[in-house]
Amino acid sequence: MSLFSDPRWSDALGHLPDYLGNHVRVSLAALALGLIMSLPLAIVARHRPVLRGALLGLASIVQTVPGLALLALFYPLLLALAALSLQYLGASFSAFGFLPAVLALALYSMLPVLRNTITGLNGVDPALTEAAQGVGMTPRQSLTMVELPLALPVIMAGIRTSAVWVIGTATLSTPIGQTSLGNYIFAGLQTQNWVLVIFGCVAAAVLALAVDQLLALIETGIRLRSRVRTAIGVLGIAALVIATLAPSFAHSGTRIVVGAKTFTEQYILAALMSQRLQAVGLPATTRQGLGSSVIYDALASGDIDVYIDYSGTLWANQFHRSEILPREQLLTELKTTLAKANITLFGELGFANAYAIVMPRAKAQALGIKTAADLAALSGNMTIAGDYEFFSRPEWAGLKTAYGLSFKTQRTMQPDFMYAAVASGEVDVIAGYTSDGLIAKYDLVVLDDPQHAIPPYDAIMLLAPKRAGDETLRAALQPLLGRIDLPLMREANLRAAGNDATSSPESVARWMWEKIGKK
Amino acid sequence: MTSAPPLIAFQHVSKSFDGRAIKAVDDVSLDVTEGEFLAIVGGSGSGKTTLMRLVNRLIAPNSGKIIIASEDVAQVDPIELRRRIGYVFQSGGLFPHMSIADNIGITPRLLGTPPREIAARVDELLDLVRLDRTQHRDRLPHELSGGQRQRVGVARALAAKPRIVLMDEPFGALDPLTRDALGDDYRALHRGLGLTTIMITHDMTEAILLADRIAVMRSGKLLAEGTPTELSESTDPYVGELLGTPRRQAERLQMLLPKDDAARSSAP
Repeated sequence: MSLFSDPRWSDALGHLPDYLGNHVRVSLAALALGLIMSLPLAIVARHRPVLRGALLGLASIVQTVPGLALLALFYPLLLALAALSLQYLGASFSAFGFLPAVLALALYSMLPVLRNTITGLNGVDPALTEAAQGVGMTPRQSLTMVELPLALPVIMAGIRTSAVWVIGTATLSTPIGQTSLGNYIFAGLQTQNWVLVIFGCVAAAVLALAVDQLLALIETGIRLRSRVRTAIGVLGIAALVIATLAPSFAHSGTRIVVGAKTFTEQYILAALMSQRLQAVGLPATTRQGLGSSVIYDALASGDIDVYIDYSGTLWANQFHRSEILPREQLLTELKTTLAKANITLFGELGFANAYAIVMPRAKAQALGIKTAADLAALSGNMTIAGDYEFFSRPEWAGLKTAYGLSFKTQRTMQPDFMYAAVASGEVDVIAGYTSDGLIAKYDLVVLDDPQHAIPPYDAIMLLAPKRAGDETLRAALQPLLGRIDLPLMREANLRAAGNDATSSPESVARWMWEKIGKK
Repeated sequence: MTSAPPLIAFQHVSKSFDGRAIKAVDDVSLDVTEGEFLAIVGGSGSGKTTLMRLVNRLIAPNSGKIIIASEDVAQVDPIELRRRIGYVFQSGGLFPHMSIADNIGITPRLLGTPPREIAARVDELLDLVRLDRTQHRDRLPHELSGGQRQRVGVARALAAKPRIVLMDEPFGALDPLTRDALGDDYRALHRGLGLTTIMITHDMTEAILLADRIAVMRSGKLLAEGTPTELSESTDPYVGELLGTPRRQAERLQMLLPKDDAARSSAP
């Protein structure tokens, strides 16, 4: 079958040790932490109805928070804690990646363990707890010798449920900087590489099943008093842990980490930067799929070393500035503002990726629409689609007031689906990106913004405080500055949106470098 | 009755639950002499179980004292107290996840007896309650019949060599034949080991057949106590009612099975 001879499978396989190892580590650490919190709490709460109700209620509420949101919330929380600890204890820790992921997932794992432990313990026949008392057991002995062993099957069922939940949810820790099998899914979703998405899902499912079965083995082993079964189960879990710890010790050195946000262009540019760094012998890795606000903080705190941002995004979202400045002035202002946080604005790449109102060329001509201002009169009957952040961004508010836009409905979409949606007439206009290759592919047109309601979005390269004086790194990345113009970036984006073997961010990045070299 | 000091003495003991006005046990005073087999008889809600559970401090009285071997039990560590008193539970109360040997050896294990000694003691006890050592030692409780389980329950109660054994309707859930055999066997153990036994039962026939002395409880109060003969002279209508059943049974059995009855009474 051609599906399996696709070179993307082997590409995906190449990342497996890293992604799987990180996934196992973060899941098992979260599960262990969850158990350490849940089991004693359940034991304390089982005979206290008020505490029991409060605990189970709290755990249920945590459970209703979407996994992605829970993970995302832990990042700023830990960032604040890290700043406090630096201030008062003189030592800080990384609020990025592993720690927030483990904490959030541990909380997520608590409900099934709490509920099953309480149910299991309270379900022990009262005649037996009385017998335990009668033969002279202390309350603790009764718990460890009688109640816990009898409740074990129910408790283990809870642990297995939470193991499966945690392993599944851990795929969502990619956006907060924890490498996991979610890297396949997020990267695949952004670049429309379904092979990667399927690979990630299958790998996570297989891992969940494997851990579940190992836990089942331990459970039946204990129940049937089979030392062999218990030993196989414990050894299996231990082997997983050891196997995944080995590579992390190997490369915990001074790697340069290149960050990437959650869309195709970022994946390509991150790959391009990594390749340049590797070409001069610097060990570089990429951290992909980071949220827009996570990535800036990660750079500021040194968890990543370099990434590409856009001037308007930083201006409006990071620094909450609402005035619209001319392009050059904005860059100068931004440079000084960034310098206060010890972040280096290394330079512009040469293109801008701005938000813009985009619609099919034919439709625009038919309706006589050239600028956003022309749209105002018609917008009342139109539907607009934007990415996940657009409608909460200040640019949208600016656009609306500048041109008096008021759409019938607004829809939020995965960026790569927007273009197809507007091309097919599913929505009338979209808030697209000027550098997107799909604009040409679907024969769309970008509407002018005569009032400059949307600020400039020059692509700029930012360096972490600790890399400010790194001459080797600067020399390696210098050739990219000012060399990537809008047509090149659009074509690169279009290539990456393809669905074949040459559309991986890595190969598109290599293609880009060839083009840059020829210029 | 007897001039020897009692091993167990209830002195004006009262107990009510959860602040309820109704007393489960209402001002009961009762002596149990060393070596005696006392049955406490009464219907459900009579307070007989509560009275017995006060002995090893599974519950504490609201007022009054319980003295064991001249010691007020309120002054004794309850855990230590329970380990020196054997307890046979209704329908066994065996721990389903432990082997028969582990069930029997539990109290010695709690007392820190070396495993080798416990193993030897378990074998001795299996012999004592007439269970085959090799066949039963390593099995789980659910693999045994009800009667066998109750024999294990008795063995467990005797494991730490107690002077006192408390039994909570021990034979209630067994079929009549098993019940009879087990009762006789226990009676022999009681005598042979010099135990002092308190047994709860709602069955007057069983009480008469096994016990030296019977205490009758009703609504928390001790209504009457004495040997079967003494009780039969009681003028209390409830005691009379309780004795009515075994009397009728005896008459009817004698009428229907004279030969069998004769054979039985001539047995040793």
